[in-house]
Amino acid sequence: MTPIQYFFLFTAGFTLLAALGVVTRRNVVHSALLLVVALFGVAVTFAILEAGFWAVFQVLVYIGAIAILMIFMVMLTRRNVADETYPEPFNDNMRLAFLAALLVFGGLALTIGGWDAARETMTVPLDYDALREFGRAMVSPDGYLVPFILVSVLLLAALVGAIYVAVLGNKSQEERE
Amino acid sequence: MIPLSWYLIFSALLFSIGLFGVLARKNAIAILMGVELMLNAVNINLVAFWRYIVPATTEGWMFVASVFVVAAAEVAVGLALVYSIYRGRRTSSADEIDLLKW
Repeated sequence: MTPIQYFFLFTAGFTLLAALGVVTRRNVVHSALLLVVALFGVAVTFAILEAGFWAVFQVLVYIGAIAILMIFMVMLTRRNVADETYPEPFNDNMRLAFLAALLVFGGLALTIGGWDAARETMTVPLDYDALREFGRAMVSPDGYLVPFILVSVLLLAALVGAIYVAVLGNKSQEERE
Repeated sequence: MIPLSWYLIFSALLFSIGLFGVLARKNAIAILMGVELMLNAVNINLVAFWRYIVPATTEGWMFVASVFVVAAAEVAVGLALVYSIYRGRRTSSADEIDLLKW
């Protein structure tokens, strides 16, 4: 066991504990805050994998935008601010859901168990600028220009749709009533 | 050196926890959090495979970027829907949202 392996196990441990907290905590605000911890653990994993760009991106996009949006929404949709009791967090299918998650993990673990161990080591040292190559590929027609544009259009459409649903859709609904 | 299978097991566990959250939680926002965990597990897999198997190519990065964008779009639309339903029905529990129109 090398120090980096201990560090990875520590990171994975606190990420998984935080993720368990996200899905089991009664108070959804606690879930949202634990989600920040879990997302940060994933960012650390990216850093261990020598993908520093994605580690920074994870902190900026997931923690800085998505998790904060989640916390805002949890606070905006509380039925009664003075109410300190929280409803039962799980629905009636909780046992079935647990079984399904366990089965999925079992299948994944079996697949990983049959993995060819010879391919498990890093063969090539990372001696080139992956970010620069990625940036070039993203704007070249031979690379990923079309997927890049598709993804951009998807994000734009989703954001316009989100604004419509959250603001304008409600306005027309209120006018109808 | 960390074996690749450690990352795969880690991401499989994260994925299963997220799946459990999606299937078992009542609150619609908590369901979206489960989806976030699942997407993160996928991203760990993509980056780990890129680093260990094909470090000299950029396909893995494009997939990671797509997952990031899809996650952002999903959260924006999902939370807008939850907020819209909350304004009309005063609830964010997925169990109580069973009508298309009211």
